[in-house]
Amino acid sequence: MEKLKRVLEELLPSAVALVIGLLVGGILMYAYGYDALAAYKALFLGSFGSLYDFSETLSFAIPVMLTGITFAIGVRAGLFNIGAEGQLYMGAIGAVIAGALVQLPPLIHVAFATLVAMLFGMAWSIGPALLKVKRGVHEVISTIMFNWIAFYFVMYLAQYHLAEPGRAEKTYSVLETARYSILVEGTSLTSVLFVAIAFNIAVYLFLALTKMGFELRVYGANPDAARYAGISDKKVMLVSFLIGGLAAGLAGGSQILGRPPTWALYGTMGNVMALGFDGIGVALIGRNHPLGIIIASIFIGALKHGGRYMEYQVGVYSELVEAITGLIIIALAVPEIVEMVKRWRVRRRVRI
Amino acid sequence: MTPLLGRRGFFKWLAVAASLVIVLLSIKRFGLSPTSILEASLLAMTPLALAAMGESINERAGLVNIGLEGIFLITAALGVWFAEVTGNGWIGLLAGTVIGGLIGLIFGILSVYGKADQIILGIGINMFAIGFVPFFMMAEWAFPGIHIPPREVLITPIYTPFIKISHITVLTILLAFALHYLLHKTPLGLRIKAAGEMPEALDVAGVSVEKTRILGAVISGALTGLGGAFMPLAWFGGIVKEISAGRGFIALAVLVSAGLEPLLALGFAFLFGFAEGLAFSVAVDPYIKEIVPYHLVLMIPYIITLVTVAIFVGKARFPKAIGQPYRRE
Repeated sequence: MEKLKRVLEELLPSAVALVIGLLVGGILMYAYGYDALAAYKALFLGSFGSLYDFSETLSFAIPVMLTGITFAIGVRAGLFNIGAEGQLYMGAIGAVIAGALVQLPPLIHVAFATLVAMLFGMAWSIGPALLKVKRGVHEVISTIMFNWIAFYFVMYLAQYHLAEPGRAEKTYSVLETARYSILVEGTSLTSVLFVAIAFNIAVYLFLALTKMGFELRVYGANPDAARYAGISDKKVMLVSFLIGGLAAGLAGGSQILGRPPTWALYGTMGNVMALGFDGIGVALIGRNHPLGIIIASIFIGALKHGGRYMEYQVGVYSELVEAITGLIIIALAVPEIVEMVKRWRVRRRVRI
Repeated sequence: MTPLLGRRGFFKWLAVAASLVIVLLSIKRFGLSPTSILEASLLAMTPLALAAMGESINERAGLVNIGLEGIFLITAALGVWFAEVTGNGWIGLLAGTVIGGLIGLIFGILSVYGKADQIILGIGINMFAIGFVPFFMMAEWAFPGIHIPPREVLITPIYTPFIKISHITVLTILLAFALHYLLHKTPLGLRIKAAGEMPEALDVAGVSVEKTRILGAVISGALTGLGGAFMPLAWFGGIVKEISAGRGFIALAVLVSAGLEPLLALGFAFLFGFAEGLAFSVAVDPYIKEIVPYHLVLMIPYIITLVTVAIFVGKARFPKAIGQPYRRE
């Protein structure tokens, strides 16, 4: 019972922030002449209304559950790693290369392509990690620059070297042998979902059980104490960046190897864009905890999938859901908001 | 004071200026126009310098706003909207400045009184903008992602005998000197620096740390907002939903490289603007387009940003209380 109470206490800030985000989002819709209630109804029905919709919601949750880990493991080590976006692009192009240009037996191929995607993502995290460790360049600046470089670099590869002949808008599709199996027929939900969940659990176990995970958490909570205890800050930062890169690379790979119908990267990058940044919202709503992130990713997945239905039904441009995510993040950044709610609850209890 | 501003700094700047002239002359040899590249550099410099100078005041006072990118986006869209509604580009610029200042005010209040995590708050502002701007453009102009305002509301530059230069660019250069003076020669500047270095001392002296910091946040937001509205109205002549393209973060790189000195920020902003201007002139040159793909050229500004920060960041010194909410003992 005590434990449950503690978990609920942990969830309170997220709940308050969600309410604020949806409320202000609703006011925005209302201000521009949309029916906010109808929009939210469509958003909910569009994301959880049927097995098809729920599968699509889960499908949208997969990449952001992983990019959520990228940001979260950064925060747990005291870093603001917002480089998931670029690392995800690299993972996606790595998956295209390994999945479309290499021929391997069925199960081995999909595992190989997944691994290549993860390593591509990790490789892209080394630059900001070294700049931070060796030169003290703040990761917010370096990761954003790496994101933009990856954006143009991957777009260049996709358009100039990997474009499918006759269909220039996308790259080669990965071979049948490199595709995850579809879980619910007619939807884009594939078994890569289990890989993503397994990755989150692995990160949870890493943080909870290993010495390195412990050092990372201690350093993130109190860098001075950690240094005093002989924990190497460089090692902590490096490990945090590299695991984050693996997660983002896997997220990119999941969109190529585990998402019908294209099984490829669009030349405009349309099918991978913003998934890295969405992970930041997922991480913060999930309180930077790997298991919380799984739950939060379903919420953001619902916003992303339901947003399309909302656009179709009510005419509200679906990108508004990104603004709502932003508002939720803003609310989560301000601890005083939750403190106010807590004080209000206490006052009410006293009155009774 | 950083080494680049002292007496010896003069010779360093002279060396920079000399190498710039050499680069411009060699560009001419390759058949590109030095004046057009200089014009492009000054345009690209302007929003970077405005945001970096404003944010350097903010960070001197102790707050870090990484939401500059989001402020750029929001004020670019709303600046165009106000310009169109009133039929006057200057009102668009003014609106961008005021709205930027308002976002800065909200950021300041949430940071100072709400004791917010400033980095997360900045990320939230950026996220909000990424979603709000396309939503706003769709709601107002019923077309996704791009909008071209009528020519009459765009701001025409000043034509000098050598180059054409925007009024706002001239204003930016003057502001750099004004902010330098404000920061280093006035009591207000002293208070701003104290709010970042020794908030307790400022508090004891009877000056509100909270209000000083909020003032810094408003200055930062307002100048960034001017830069945001500048982009569509006085530079590109239109707006796309990702118009700022990472410039908010390049501005952060500028001010970090400049060690939070407004005057140096102007210099670094020119360097970054020059990289962008050069890259763009090269990218659209038909001869070079044949050899080097457009996408690879577009990467250059970001690479130069990384290299520059990596070189100069070690020299930067940050205020002691930066990023920390002030709590009275």
